[in-house]
Amino acid sequence: MTLKQTSLNENHRDLGAKMVDFGGWDMPVNYGSQIGEHNQVRHDCGMFDVSHMRVVDIRGKGVRDFLRHLLANNVDKLVVPGKALYSCMLREDGGVIDDLIVYYMEESWFRIVVNAGTADKDIAWMKQQSARHAQAHPGCYAGSEVPENEVSAENKEKTGAAATPQDEPGAEQAEKPPLAITDHPEMAIIAVQGPKAREKLWAAMPGSQKLTENLAPFSGVVVGSMFIARTGYTGEDGFEVMLPGQAAPYFWNALAASGAKPCGLGARDTLRLEAGMNLYGQDMDESASPLEAGLAWTVDLKSARDFIGKDALLANPPTHKQVGLVLLDRGGVLRGHQKVHTAHGEGEITSGTFSPTLEKSIAFARVPDGVQVGDEVTVAVRDKTLAAKVVNYPFVRNGKALIGS
Amino acid sequence: MSTPTNLKYTASHEWVRTEADGTITVGITHHAQELLGDLVFVENPALGRKLKAKEECAVVESVKAAADVYAPVAGEVTATNSDLESTPEKINTDPYGTWMFKLKPDHATDINGLMDAAAYQAQVDSEAH
Repeated sequence: MTLKQTSLNENHRDLGAKMVDFGGWDMPVNYGSQIGEHNQVRHDCGMFDVSHMRVVDIRGKGVRDFLRHLLANNVDKLVVPGKALYSCMLREDGGVIDDLIVYYMEESWFRIVVNAGTADKDIAWMKQQSARHAQAHPGCYAGSEVPENEVSAENKEKTGAAATPQDEPGAEQAEKPPLAITDHPEMAIIAVQGPKAREKLWAAMPGSQKLTENLAPFSGVVVGSMFIARTGYTGEDGFEVMLPGQAAPYFWNALAASGAKPCGLGARDTLRLEAGMNLYGQDMDESASPLEAGLAWTVDLKSARDFIGKDALLANPPTHKQVGLVLLDRGGVLRGHQKVHTAHGEGEITSGTFSPTLEKSIAFARVPDGVQVGDEVTVAVRDKTLAAKVVNYPFVRNGKALIGS
Repeated sequence: MSTPTNLKYTASHEWVRTEADGTITVGITHHAQELLGDLVFVENPALGRKLKAKEECAVVESVKAAADVYAPVAGEVTATNSDLESTPEKINTDPYGTWMFKLKPDHATDINGLMDAAAYQAQVDSEAH
């Protein structure tokens, strides 16, 4: 199988990156030392190629109504243009199809960034649900123009690329759907992260300071053909910059010249785990309820709003929960799928690693609901049984350890 | 990094140095540490443990993964490098200068069955394709 490449593939190879097959993508796992890159992000500034993630734009009148129905978090929290919201997209049975970030661009335009491995599945689901929703709630879309052609034309102008939609929604239906759901695999995404991320971006991109200086955390702004968001997956300040793929190698080099150090997906994983952020496919998937995966805070069950998966979540109260673990004994590293023994029954580690910041092994585990912070549990690590302590996470935020020894 | 010619090698990426007293010193190769990435934990076999050839006897763990280390030949563990408990990263920075454990081989001639540097390098090169 040929691996997919991002527009920065040559940059990574020129830098001597160790490349790996990451869900079908040829991606850099590190450029030398994973721990060095991790510490670089905690103390200074690192940058990541995350172009394998997919940008999906949904446009048309009624898009907010649709997203209110599609997503477990409530897009009505988005009132200021540019503001972002983290949400799960659920199946009818409450399983997690994907976790994503949705940006409110305009009342008739929301931008969603989804995971690489789930992108095609996500888009197919969105289109299917959009058609269903339009049929059930035609009133939401009354007076809607069919925006598909308009969107394509605009993107061509913006990116200079032939940004034709990946497939024609409505090809299998007689009627055109009221919303245009268009993904943008031609867009690159570079995450610039760390306490010095702002100054590095500003140095690399003249004029960007004025546009992003007052950007609130978890908000983004359109800058020409780019979209700059103050978001990330590291627990540090920084930006995720979406831009046309053709411009990405130049922009990457400009960031490197301003002192942003290239970092691989290895460091991205240890950073996100320390920062207490879930990874789709490890910490939750279609078989997991978000309420048992530490994501209850992202599920809006309070409003009267109905959304896909709500009935199932209400009908099946959680019996497990996600907790943080810190390994107390020496003798190994906590990793996914290791069994956890607690006074309340068995659990399992979903993600584990060695934390470079804490210099201890840490993990997320799904355990019976009765387990409490402060409890001591044991974990089967290879042929050994090692003691671990149940803790709240995040483990690290903004360079500071939040877990006492 | 070049593969030292004064050492012998296994297909499972251990290096072996034969000492004057007939014992052997074992570590993991540059290629092995590079595959694993930054090491954060090393577990050596117990002193006096009798090992069969190719028996799993030690563990090296990096931020990414855990890997077994195998006995290059049959023998008894006579020493282990306890420095690695606190500084496993030494294997990354100096793989051929950082030993893990020493064995007294059951049969000194077993060493002859191991690969020389050229044969090991050829194996690594073929794995890269």
